[in-house]
Amino acid sequence: MRFVAANLLRAKRRTFLTVFSIAISLFLFCTLRTVLTSFEASLRASDASRLVVRHGASLVFPLPLSYRERLKQVSGVTGVTYGNWFGGYYQDPKNHFAQFAMDTRTFLDLFPECVLPPAEAEAFRAERTACIVGRSLARKYGWKIGDQVPIIGTIFPGEWMFTLRGVYEGRSKDVDENTLFFHWDYLNESLPEVRRSQVGVYWLRIARADLAAAVSDRVDALFENSPQPTKTETEKAFQAGFISMIGNIQLLLAIIGSAIVFAIMLVTINTMMMAARERTTEIAVLKTLGFGDGLILRLVGAEALVLSLLGGILGCGLAAVVFHESDFTAGGFFPNFRVLPGTVVQGLLLASLMGILSGIVPSFQAARLRIAAALRKVA
Amino acid sequence: MGNENGFLVALRDVHKVYHRDRIEIPVLQGINLEVREGEFLALMGPSGSGKSTLLNLIAGIDSPTKGEVHVAGESLGTLRPKRLAAWRARHIGFIFQLYNLIPVLTAYQNVELPLLLTRLSGKERKRRVHFALELVGLRVRASHSPRALSGGEEQRVAIARAIVADPTLLVADEPTGDLDAKNAAEILTLLQRLNAELKKTVIMVTHDPHAAARAHLTLHLDKGVLQP
Repeated sequence: MRFVAANLLRAKRRTFLTVFSIAISLFLFCTLRTVLTSFEASLRASDASRLVVRHGASLVFPLPLSYRERLKQVSGVTGVTYGNWFGGYYQDPKNHFAQFAMDTRTFLDLFPECVLPPAEAEAFRAERTACIVGRSLARKYGWKIGDQVPIIGTIFPGEWMFTLRGVYEGRSKDVDENTLFFHWDYLNESLPEVRRSQVGVYWLRIARADLAAAVSDRVDALFENSPQPTKTETEKAFQAGFISMIGNIQLLLAIIGSAIVFAIMLVTINTMMMAARERTTEIAVLKTLGFGDGLILRLVGAEALVLSLLGGILGCGLAAVVFHESDFTAGGFFPNFRVLPGTVVQGLLLASLMGILSGIVPSFQAARLRIAAALRKVA
Repeated sequence: MGNENGFLVALRDVHKVYHRDRIEIPVLQGINLEVREGEFLALMGPSGSGKSTLLNLIAGIDSPTKGEVHVAGESLGTLRPKRLAAWRARHIGFIFQLYNLIPVLTAYQNVELPLLLTRLSGKERKRRVHFALELVGLRVRASHSPRALSGGEEQRVAIARAIVADPTLLVADEPTGDLDAKNAAEILTLLQRLNAELKKTVIMVTHDPHAAARAHLTLHLDKGVLQP
């Protein structure tokens, strides 16, 4: 190892640049992989016994508030809540996170994964301009109970002032803790008459998860011939559909990630071949001293492996720390954007693979070097 | 040790031909050579006469086109690469004209290199490295990198590296070729001492008649043929 370390430190600038290149590629790998795991986490967090009802044509069209009573009557439905996507930001457009105007009478019952102390829940319900936020969001902006939280609306223009009355925690690590919820009534009352009493989405609690298909059909049949037909699906299907609107993300990310890693692997191969070629005489000397082909192969191969692993540790470590410390959410799009341990392990395995592949050619060349020929070139 | 007819080195009708493009270049032609244990042999000859090639064959870092090379009880042509490498580690101490120290290692680490192939303990390796460096008068320079050493000092470290594993045979390819007269004389004195005091067999290639004069026996090589 001492010999490997000494060789890596021989051309410090080249080693640094190579390690840095590998680190960047592994950082990007972890980032892209985390996009996928965040999607998967949001799907995992979906409740199987919860249905989402939206406008049949598109999510952008609202449904009338009057549907609420009719939805309650559908067989199999045990609870109804509703809300609107608000789409604002805090102080600066870059401070974007999810905000929902929700029916505070029913919302917490339908979303038990958002755990709020009873006193805070009561305070939230009691005050028209109250809001609650997730624990991560409160920590990110340093908000405390009682703080005034101004939100600039984009879909609903103007500055909206809320009083923070509660901080919820996710029941599991997959639950989004980066959302602000406030009173739907407060939003509704503030709108011009023409925009009032319109709901973005209804959520239904059903008696059993296996009733999802039947209840969905019943709901959609109920509004089939109305001016605002509905599309009802499980929360998981809704989330998946929402994600698929962006396209085949998985394939796209896999292609981008592979291209980056492949390009950096070529750089590493080139670096290792240059390093081995520069040391032709030294390798010949080592072989003269009695270092066998296998040992030479392992020495050069170990160098490539250590180089790649250093880059991997740096890149994956950086991604894990940066995304954890910065509470990055991509404007609320990825509420749980955390590099998972599994992603780090995958990144390190990928770095090892890069090291092995980039070391194959130079280490075999070094092992097969003919001593006399190599020494003759120098003499 | 089972030497060939009592000789440490024995070459029988050795030929070596190099190929450059499609042209055959005969370098050694029918070499027969015998060297007894404890001898100090100098090989002289003009450039291109095949001196270094002959030395490489004896050291087991090249193979003959035809003929047999027996050194330290082994017929080198019969050894597979792995065993040949182990044989070199055990029996050969090689001294190069350009020293060929590993620049990223200190003098101590360079000398220790051959011992890393043995099963000696760290303590024993340390003792041997210090002994070898003491022998060449450079123990105080153990922690220095080759860049911090003069040419003569580098060659002395290279000699310490060559003897540290207590090899059977020392082969030196123009060991004074890159040194001034004073340093060259010191290196030759050192080789003489290794031969006389440690009973090391030494085969040295040189252009320099003064260097050759230090050996017990001088053989001349011309156009690949050994002259008496």
